[in-house]
Amino acid sequence: MIWQLDFLFLILVLICALAAINIKDLLSAVIILGAFSFFMCLLWAEMGAVDVAFTEAAVATSVCTILFVGAIIKTTRRSKD
Amino acid sequence: MLDFIIGKFNFWFYVILMAVGLFAMLAKRNLVKKLIGMNIFQTAIILFYVSIGVKKGNVHVPIIVGGHGHEGELIQAADYLNPLPHVLMLTAIVVSIATTGVALAIIIMIYRRYNTLNEDEIIEIRQKQLEAEV
Repeated sequence: MIWQLDFLFLILVLICALAAINIKDLLSAVIILGAFSFFMCLLWAEMGAVDVAFTEAAVATSVCTILFVGAIIKTTRRSKD
Repeated sequence: MLDFIIGKFNFWFYVILMAVGLFAMLAKRNLVKKLIGMNIFQTAIILFYVSIGVKKGNVHVPIIVGGHGHEGELIQAADYLNPLPHVLMLTAIVVSIATTGVALAIIIMIYRRYNTLNEDEIIEIRQKQLEAEV
């Protein structure tokens, strides 16, 4: 575990989380959530949890984003907050 | 005190991330935004649990060194990361995907019935419907 790398990834994860909840367009928010998951995956690979990292990359990042995008296509993109 | 804050900086980040998720779940009015907040909250908790298994110093990932054809060698458990939180959180990730899928299905049903995703508007329409019934 390299603490500089850990710190960098944690800051990127935090920026992605704040951007995902503050952006008005729902599709953009979901894509930023996908970026959040990818940074989380890097963080786990860096912590030595390799199995968790590739499960996150294979399942959480792709399947979760696809489900969200499908639901947004079925409903609406606009959001007031 | 400063050593306590800086030395465990990653735990502070997990607490902030968890607070961001909880804020989105409580304060945002859009249902998809609430779901995004729930995802962030779950990931922060999983991150906390995985970070418990990390050891400092010269340790391997949990794959036995020389595991194939070197049965006679002695294995020290202290030389490896703790794999138990990893395995438990693997299950938690898959469960979180299933929860998200069910929640999105419910959101699509709500949109078909009320034609909006804003929580305030849904409550307003629901109250009007209840008054019309009485």
